[in-house]
Amino acid sequence: MKRTLLAILFFVALVAIWTALVRAQIWSPVLLPSPRAVLDYLVSAVRDGTLLSATAVTLRRLVLGYVIGLAIGLPLGLLTASSKFVEDTIGVLALGLQTLPSVCWVPLALLWFGQTEGAMLFVVIMGTVWSVVIATDTGVRTLPPIFARAARTMGSGPFHRWIHVILPASLPYLISGMKQGWAFAWRSLMAAEIYVTILTGFGLGHLLHYGRELNAMDQVIGIMLVIVLIGLLADKILFSPWERFLHRRWGTGRI
Amino acid sequence: MSLQEELRGPPPAKLIVDHVSKWFRQKRQTVHALDDISFEVSEGEFIVIVGPSGCGKSTLLDIIAGLEQPDKGQVLADNQPVHNPGRHRLVMFQESALFPWLNVFGNVMFGLRLKPGLRNSERREVAKFFLHLVGLEKFMEANVHELSGGMKQRVALARALAPNPRVLLMDEPFAALDAMTREQLYGDIQRIWEKRRKTIIFVTHNVREAACLADRVMVMSPTPGRLRDIFEVKLPRPRDFNSIEIAQHAAKLTAVLRGYKGAEPAMATP
Repeated sequence: MKRTLLAILFFVALVAIWTALVRAQIWSPVLLPSPRAVLDYLVSAVRDGTLLSATAVTLRRLVLGYVIGLAIGLPLGLLTASSKFVEDTIGVLALGLQTLPSVCWVPLALLWFGQTEGAMLFVVIMGTVWSVVIATDTGVRTLPPIFARAARTMGSGPFHRWIHVILPASLPYLISGMKQGWAFAWRSLMAAEIYVTILTGFGLGHLLHYGRELNAMDQVIGIMLVIVLIGLLADKILFSPWERFLHRRWGTGRI
Repeated sequence: MSLQEELRGPPPAKLIVDHVSKWFRQKRQTVHALDDISFEVSEGEFIVIVGPSGCGKSTLLDIIAGLEQPDKGQVLADNQPVHNPGRHRLVMFQESALFPWLNVFGNVMFGLRLKPGLRNSERREVAKFFLHLVGLEKFMEANVHELSGGMKQRVALARALAPNPRVLLMDEPFAALDAMTREQLYGDIQRIWEKRRKTIIFVTHNVREAACLADRVMVMSPTPGRLRDIFEVKLPRPRDFNSIEIAQHAAKLTAVLRGYKGAEPAMATP
């Protein structure tokens, strides 16, 4: 209760400082709109439906790309951890591509797919896959061999062992890899949406971009707030339950 | 199948270790781990293998379990050669090999789920029975990290007993525990062995532990691992770890171990 109160107090203070700065008129309102103006923009954007449809477009791309990225990255990570050949080939490739900022995929995606949903999806998938591969690989490699040995004596075959021992045992690594993959996917999608206009759907990145073109700082800041909010919610809804589970089961520190 | 029928299960197995040798090839050298080891274990016998570290006793246990293959010789369980690990010979490991992603009940259920011919309700009943047997029925829902070292090994024991194996292989299961907990577990393991007759092979470097638990003690010496002597311990059960007879047997074992050339003396007391 006290913690919640303090948190609320902190954010109220932030808004108060913001308001004070606007009142002081150091910068022109074009550069620094008041919280009130940003709120007005958000309300009007919700009313005319642009904000909700943009959020829907962005989230659809994000979720679809992320799920495909996971579906590719997880098995690939298991493969790199279990085969020397795949480790030396795909493993090295993954390590290299993971260091490539995913916005660098945008020009290539545009040339390959044109200004289509496919290009957006491709960028998100590339942002997700490599960090998931690396995390899965690390998770499997750091497992104590005793788990697999114990399972073998109880009659667990190779396939059963993958599903019931190796995957759950590397869960702490998998979750942090999935979290990182999510963060990369989110960043790369925003970059791609700001960079290119796709006619099949306007996402949050596009709204942000138009805000700049129209010199509408209230829109820019409003959309930024929405993006931050979505990131926070995704963390709380998607990952917090898992992290609580890990904390309870493994007895590791609260994250 | 009723719980009683399931608990009755197959009889304990007879084991034959037949001229087993094992080498470990490393980059610079080849280590001769086991040299021509032969012995027989009769149904329901409690065998303790004792020897200093590096004498290959854990490797021998792995070979009996089927986790490792011998380079020469073979292991027969009821006259069938052992090639793979299997449900009839379960291993209880030195460090806690419990799965941290499952709770206590889930850990005991793991091996049972792999056992065919049982309904899930029966599996749950069996798991509860064995958790009760090791005195942890109140901790079914507990997480592994919440248990003490002794409790963890009790869960590991329940997990190994639950699928009703014919042989129980124990690799220094109490080595990491404090003395008090260990002495309590010596009592428990004897009580459980009376109830659930299994062929047990128990590996340790602690001679007193060996004297307290064994029907027969196999004494090994290192480099290369050889089976040097076999002692029978003909004391009535249950045995008290702190009794004078156990101490006398232990002293004899210690003297024998000291006698091997090049061997480190094994610990006489924990």
